[in-house]
Amino acid sequence: MTDSWSLGDTHLQSRLMIGSALYPSPQVMQTAIEASGADIVTVSLRRQTAGQNMDTNHWQWLNQMPVHWLPNTAGCYGVREAVTTAHMAREMFDTHWLKLEVIGDEQTLQPDPFGLVEAADLLIKDGFEVFPYMTDDLVLAQRLVDVGCRILMPWASPIGSGQGIRQPQNLQLLRERFPEVQLIVDAGLGRPSDAATAMELGCDGVLLNSAIALSPDPTRMAQAFGHAVAAGRMG
Amino acid sequence: MSQRPNAINLPERESQEIEVNHVPHRLTTPLSVTSLLTQLAHPLDGVAVAVNGAFVPKSQWCTQTLNPGDQIEVVAPMQGG
Repeated sequence: MTDSWSLGDTHLQSRLMIGSALYPSPQVMQTAIEASGADIVTVSLRRQTAGQNMDTNHWQWLNQMPVHWLPNTAGCYGVREAVTTAHMAREMFDTHWLKLEVIGDEQTLQPDPFGLVEAADLLIKDGFEVFPYMTDDLVLAQRLVDVGCRILMPWASPIGSGQGIRQPQNLQLLRERFPEVQLIVDAGLGRPSDAATAMELGCDGVLLNSAIALSPDPTRMAQAFGHAVAAGRMG
Repeated sequence: MSQRPNAINLPERESQEIEVNHVPHRLTTPLSVTSLLTQLAHPLDGVAVAVNGAFVPKSQWCTQTLNPGDQIEVVAPMQGG
């Protein structure tokens, strides 16, 4: 069954988006990403140390893959830092897509809602398609839509926690209140059934990383998530 | 405690320093971003640069001159979630 859709101005086949971090090796990463069927892969930026040979290993593998890049602003705690990182990412990856992260809490990596809205506003005015990494808060979603976000990425639970969807009714509410917005659940999904549930709640897609990358068999888990997303969409 | 050089030279010496990814470097002559990256053996492809927290597009690397006290950030692609 084909279930093509569009995100922003791009036509896609898969509703599963996948992160490129934490895999045991670049080879496993590549195989897992291919097995997932994902069209969109998240990437990041890191500081170079002077004189050090660039660790291009993962990037060389990634760069060969026929996927769309979704750069993030991971590790940014302030608006200015996130905006500068966004501009560096746009040049580096040649895309106006941006997974905007403005972190408010170091322990849970919970987004800072105030900084997120401010940064999203600046970046949208500057031509970015912002994918804001957010909590599942209704009013935050409204503020982000108000500044022009066409895509929202509420978490299911704290990033890397694998707790699954902690507040399904909040995602349901976001779906009901923002029928025109592309809703992508990002962070906290642990099992393929969590991804199926997110799709059953009416989300347009899911983005995950550690549940696949840290699994004992990432390739198999990537396939399982791919099937779960399709099943949840059909169900 | 290290011996302080004389009071006239100290501020001048300190003022000639820049930081690249938080590592101090002595600025011996005025440099462009391109010259700095070359001097530090950074690759010119596959990196992006910010100076004092502001993005510097690649098209401006040759013309943007670095000043003492500048904080330079050089980033490269990496895997991410």
